[in-house]
Amino acid sequence: MKGSSGNGAALLLIPAIAFIVLLFLYPFGYGLFTSLTLADGSFSLANYGRFFSDARDLRTIGVTLGIALPVTLLAVGMAVPLSYHMRRGVPGEKLITFFLIVPVTLGTVLVSEGMLSFMGPNGWLNQLILALRLADKPIRFTHNYAGVAISVGLQGFPYAFLMLLGYISGINPDLEKASRMLGANNWQTFWKVLFPLMVPGIAIAFCLNFVMAFSVFPSAVLLGQPSGPQRVIALAAYQWAFEKFNFNAAAAISMIMAAIELLVIAIVLGWRSKMYKGASIVGKG
Amino acid sequence: MRFRPRFGNALFMLAIAAFVFVVLGILLTVVLNSLSKGWYSGLLPKTLTTEWYKYASEDHDVPQLIGVTFVAAIADVLIGLLIAFPAAYALARSEFRGKSLLLSLFLLPMIVPPMAYGIPLAMLCYKLRLAGRIMGTIVVNLVPIVPFMILVLMPFIEQVGTNLESAAKMLGARRGTIFRRILIPLTTPGILTAGILSLVKSISMFELSYLVVGGRNQTIVVALFSDAYAAGARPPQAVDALAVVYFLIAMTCLLISLRFVSPTQMVFKLK
Repeated sequence: MKGSSGNGAALLLIPAIAFIVLLFLYPFGYGLFTSLTLADGSFSLANYGRFFSDARDLRTIGVTLGIALPVTLLAVGMAVPLSYHMRRGVPGEKLITFFLIVPVTLGTVLVSEGMLSFMGPNGWLNQLILALRLADKPIRFTHNYAGVAISVGLQGFPYAFLMLLGYISGINPDLEKASRMLGANNWQTFWKVLFPLMVPGIAIAFCLNFVMAFSVFPSAVLLGQPSGPQRVIALAAYQWAFEKFNFNAAAAISMIMAAIELLVIAIVLGWRSKMYKGASIVGKG
Repeated sequence: MRFRPRFGNALFMLAIAAFVFVVLGILLTVVLNSLSKGWYSGLLPKTLTTEWYKYASEDHDVPQLIGVTFVAAIADVLIGLLIAFPAAYALARSEFRGKSLLLSLFLLPMIVPPMAYGIPLAMLCYKLRLAGRIMGTIVVNLVPIVPFMILVLMPFIEQVGTNLESAAKMLGARRGTIFRRILIPLTTPGILTAGILSLVKSISMFELSYLVVGGRNQTIVVALFSDAYAAGARPPQAVDALAVVYFLIAMTCLLISLRFVSPTQMVFKLK
């Protein structure tokens, strides 16, 4: 019985394994190989050397981290208290979650396109700001850092929020009641009981959000200055591949992107394991 | 003590209101701009026109764009289900050595930025002459879809008890029959959820499609990006007209999907 079900499982897994090998591992390995060779096929580290010695390319790392890290921190940082507030539902919850999911569903391209008019110098946002006398002249939200950051944040915040909302509503409410019964106030209950339980969720939400923000591409092109201060690493990789047709250089940048990404994830998961030890107390309730 | 929750409530409502204002503002400006003429200042456009839609439809083969978008999205959902369902079943039902390793391997595409694996994948697509065809778009977008489907499907399969399956097996049903007559009907809600969520996601997938795009076989969101990128090549209102077409499609799919799923399911479910 056991043996047969094991074989069956192996058979059922074949399509998925073939899929992951052919469409993910193989391309990734091919990219790694390409990044370590030159156009004539000889092995070399020159593609990496070129990236790290080209000041214009090297600074894309800082530019991208400079967008992705603050935006992700802010998005997750805002999502934690807001999802905590909504953990037992609030009036109009359906409508609120609907508005949150809209920018995620529509995607960066439409959001960035719309931001160009809405947040432009004559857009509604600036008209409101001028009418409320918050500034004497229109504030620039487009074609600069703010534009890219807002556009990435508009995608990232709902994503983190809905993810944490799903997570927090799964935490056993008895734990909170117990904490209150033992005399803890709201603040203590949040910091000492709920927050530690939320840490694994926060860590994953941060990682997935960071992945999205780190490969920011359409928003940087449409809302930033893609040839200068907002030339992000994904754009550099794209330009080497499809504008200069140097696939070896492009592959090296892809590998560097993946390495930075995995490094950040490793740091976050390290923080998580330091913060969170009691796996069993999340409890199924 | 009573003051604090009220204060929290006000802050919460303020944050949500600001967010809704921005989202609605963005969408309404796109719609109004696509219908306006000479709207450079003021709260509302002075003259309304539909000429930008005419312009956009002469500029692009819009039915073709919509067709490619849907063909690619539906193909991704169907192929994705064929790959993900058996895998999710095997992962949900059987214990074997290396299971958690395999699961993390399946989820790996979620934590690597799409551009990082997308560029080598696109290079392979060019080599295999898949780029520029619908097939290329379908293939690249499968990569994020399948892990997502496995994650969505697994809890649904875990919920279905093994009793019915064992009974059917005892009565001599073969594996294929069990799948067809018992498992698939019982997990229909899960299949529906995974399918609908992936369909909504596929329609708006941009980065990977953009890397293998070519000629007439582009999805509507890729065409929209290229138009917006080449600002100046056409009036911004015409770009917004195409944006509205895309917005209507994505919104319709979202509204239909929300009859079956809740917004929290649109993001990865955390366990």
